[in-house]
Amino acid sequence: MKAVVTVMPKPAILDPAGVATGLAMEHLGLKGVRSVRIGKSIEIEVDGADEKQLNEIAHDLLSNPVVEDYKLTILP
Amino acid sequence: MPTIIRGAVIQFPGSNCDTDCQAALASFPEIEAEIVWHKETSLEGYDLIVLPGGFSYGDYLRCGSIARFSPIMGAVRHAASTGGLVLGLCNGFQILCEAGLLPGTLMRNRGLLFRCEHQHLRVENNQTPFTSNLALGSVVNFPIAHGEGSYFADPKTLAELNANNQIILRYADAAGTVSDSVNPNGSLENIAGICSHGRNVFGLMPHPERACDALLGGTDGRAIFQSVIDTFSEGKRA
Repeated sequence: MKAVVTVMPKPAILDPAGVATGLAMEHLGLKGVRSVRIGKSIEIEVDGADEKQLNEIAHDLLSNPVVEDYKLTILP
Repeated sequence: MPTIIRGAVIQFPGSNCDTDCQAALASFPEIEAEIVWHKETSLEGYDLIVLPGGFSYGDYLRCGSIARFSPIMGAVRHAASTGGLVLGLCNGFQILCEAGLLPGTLMRNRGLLFRCEHQHLRVENNQTPFTSNLALGSVVNFPIAHGEGSYFADPKTLAELNANNQIILRYADAAGTVSDSVNPNGSLENIAGICSHGRNVFGLMPHPERACDALLGGTDGRAIFQSVIDTFSEGKRA
């Protein structure tokens, strides 16, 4: 099974790395930068796991539910 | 003979304040300190458990997120739930938050700077086993050294921390005034250290173990460990 877990800071959370990167984009001449937010994309290949197990791993290990949301996508 | 307190300093791969912690603890005649490798599974017989600073597992994924699942953490969790004293310093604080033994989390510093300097802190609660030797409202000076120390918790959790007097230290100036201008990392309400509801688990980003020897620029940190000694010698703990 292949899966991708995308972890992003929750919308209400300040992402200082995203803000700094957005400023760099403006320095490079990109106009109208409204928001930049940085997360993680974690690609997983695993044998014999089910979606429930992967959700538990994504919730308990790959993300911190206090400040992050995750999305699990099972690849065909 | 004074009471001998047995301290365990947990060593994770990537810990780098472990021997500093051991040396600070061992500078007190009342404390014996041992390093305990993270793959151990028992902490029987220890009176004080210290999770030291550093970069456990290279800070991969998130600070403390992998150390939280180390084999020793079952024993740390057991100690915490049965009233044992657990002290998390810097990365140790991050691990305790990731493990759910303390509420909230530590995020990237506001401004992205790694802050490595001496920092004044105001004592907000001295009715704990770790701060009984300090006066309420007094100011201590501990070094800080972290890139991810911005304390965050949701509004409900923050209200509970305040209501239960679980906020132990706040970033302040030398006079004890807490303001945003002396907040080194963007922590909510200048929070530098918090304790558990039961007062027996204490986590802080500053490094009291680096302020235990006048040669290193200050001895304010000794009060934290002296408080632990007082707690035991006054018979408040078996």
